[in-house]
Amino acid sequence: MPVYLPIAEISVNLFLILGMGGAVGLLSGMFGVGGGFLMTPLLILTGIPPAVAVATGANQLVAASVSGVLAHWRRGNVDFKMGTVLLVGGIGGSFLGTWIFALLKAAGQVDLMISLSYVLFLGVIGGLMLIESVGALLRNRRGPAKRKKMHQHYWIHGLPFKMRFRKSKLYISALMPLGLGFLVGILSAIMGVGGGFVMVPAMIYLLGMPTSVVVGTSLFQIIFVTANVTLLHSITTQTVDVMLALLLMSSAVVGAQFGTRIGARMKGEQLRSLLALVVLVVCAKIAFDLVLTPDDLYSISLVEGKI
Amino acid sequence: MTLPRFLQHLTFLAGLTIGTAASSAFAAGSLVTDISSHLISVTSDFTGADLLLFGSVRDDESFKTDELGDIIVVVRGPQKNVTVRKKERVAGIWVNTESVEVRKVPGFYAAASNRPVDEITTPDTLDRLRIGPNRLVFQTDVGKREAASFKEAIIRQQGQSELYTSVTPTVHFLGPSLFRTTIHFPANVPVGNYTAEFYLFQDKELISAQSSPLFIKKFGLGRQIFDFAQNYPTLHGIAAILVALFAGWVASALFRKD
Repeated sequence: MPVYLPIAEISVNLFLILGMGGAVGLLSGMFGVGGGFLMTPLLILTGIPPAVAVATGANQLVAASVSGVLAHWRRGNVDFKMGTVLLVGGIGGSFLGTWIFALLKAAGQVDLMISLSYVLFLGVIGGLMLIESVGALLRNRRGPAKRKKMHQHYWIHGLPFKMRFRKSKLYISALMPLGLGFLVGILSAIMGVGGGFVMVPAMIYLLGMPTSVVVGTSLFQIIFVTANVTLLHSITTQTVDVMLALLLMSSAVVGAQFGTRIGARMKGEQLRSLLALVVLVVCAKIAFDLVLTPDDLYSISLVEGKI
Repeated sequence: MTLPRFLQHLTFLAGLTIGTAASSAFAAGSLVTDISSHLISVTSDFTGADLLLFGSVRDDESFKTDELGDIIVVVRGPQKNVTVRKKERVAGIWVNTESVEVRKVPGFYAAASNRPVDEITTPDTLDRLRIGPNRLVFQTDVGKREAASFKEAIIRQQGQSELYTSVTPTVHFLGPSLFRTTIHFPANVPVGNYTAEFYLFQDKELISAQSSPLFIKKFGLGRQIFDFAQNYPTLHGIAAILVALFAGWVASALFRKD
């Protein structure tokens, strides 16, 4: 069943869009990643113009994240204090990221840089997570391991402005989540994603937060980041397609609810190894496209400016 | 409604009236032509459209009906400026290297004739009238030889998305003077102002030509969304966020286990 999208100006199959939204929503609820790193490439594959895909993807992520946060909140799995500190850093970072994006665009290499940063970040994060989580799974299988220390102490624990995060059971410097939020903010502005796939592993491995709280807290922060991106795109490029966003939302929010339920039943390391696999598959696909000879060496884009 | 937008509407309406008048009321030389509709409305269930273009050839001093004439019909879409980029392999990966800005690229091009165009008239005339996508003339700032492959890329890719079609032999004569053809507009057709051109040939000579306007516009909910996004971008963005917040809350409330 075809539906004409008013902003994207193309006709798409209704069930294809609903299916994509549902699948990405499921993963989003399970892993606490917004799913932007999957949604945006999928939309572009469907033939939706990249600018519309990025902006509309962000809009859809707002809905998926709200739905996910509410589900996690009822289980008491959102650390609002930590989320707010991350968010403050994130907003600062997104301004710097937007500036870098504009520079790359002027150089005409923005697509390449997006692909390269996807490959780099997805590859490194996916690889590290896979190694760690598979290791943890194997240790569990071998029987009860020797209990490790609750927290390891590095130089970062000596930073000033210590804050207590009760939900995360942490007493760390506020500079750490602030800096992390800032870095992820830069990335999300450049790559057009919520940044959950960077945020979630960083919260687990760098901050040492418990996996159960990480997902809800990450989603909480993603709501605001993606809302900001939606607004910015709406004002500067008018590429938010509400019709497309609504279709994606209606199935993604449902998917996210099921995802949250599945995620709650799974062990942390199982969840992490699955996410690592998904991340690596997307990474491999993008890397492959960079190396593979394209069907057409030429690409056409409209010159900026109103018609 | 802002003033420029109002004027735009006014000129659109004026164009519509004049266009209808031009194509049915007065005929240039020996041609009388019309289109089944001068307005294609793109609504949320738009999957493309077919338009009937028809006309008749009149007997006068310049055209003799005892000899058969030839008809070529061309539909051109709104012109846009595009950037064409070429990829090259650099250190193993494909990178955009050269780019050329190409101006006056029609967003749509379709043509039909009653027999192969090279039998109808001379190559010079075909070039001058730009019959067929390969004879389209684009403007660039680089030399002709350099720009050639970039122009070919445009024609190739527009052809793949069904936006450019080469001349099809679909003009049919119903008797000696009446002719008709249909032109297909796919779902991805750009909105804007189009022109439909009719050319009458006899003995390889262009006897008469007619042009009438054609509009493809968004209507219904899609149009309202589009206008809202264009005219009130900030409000549109806030509305999009509120819709998303509401959708998320509804889903969560529906799935809540009490």
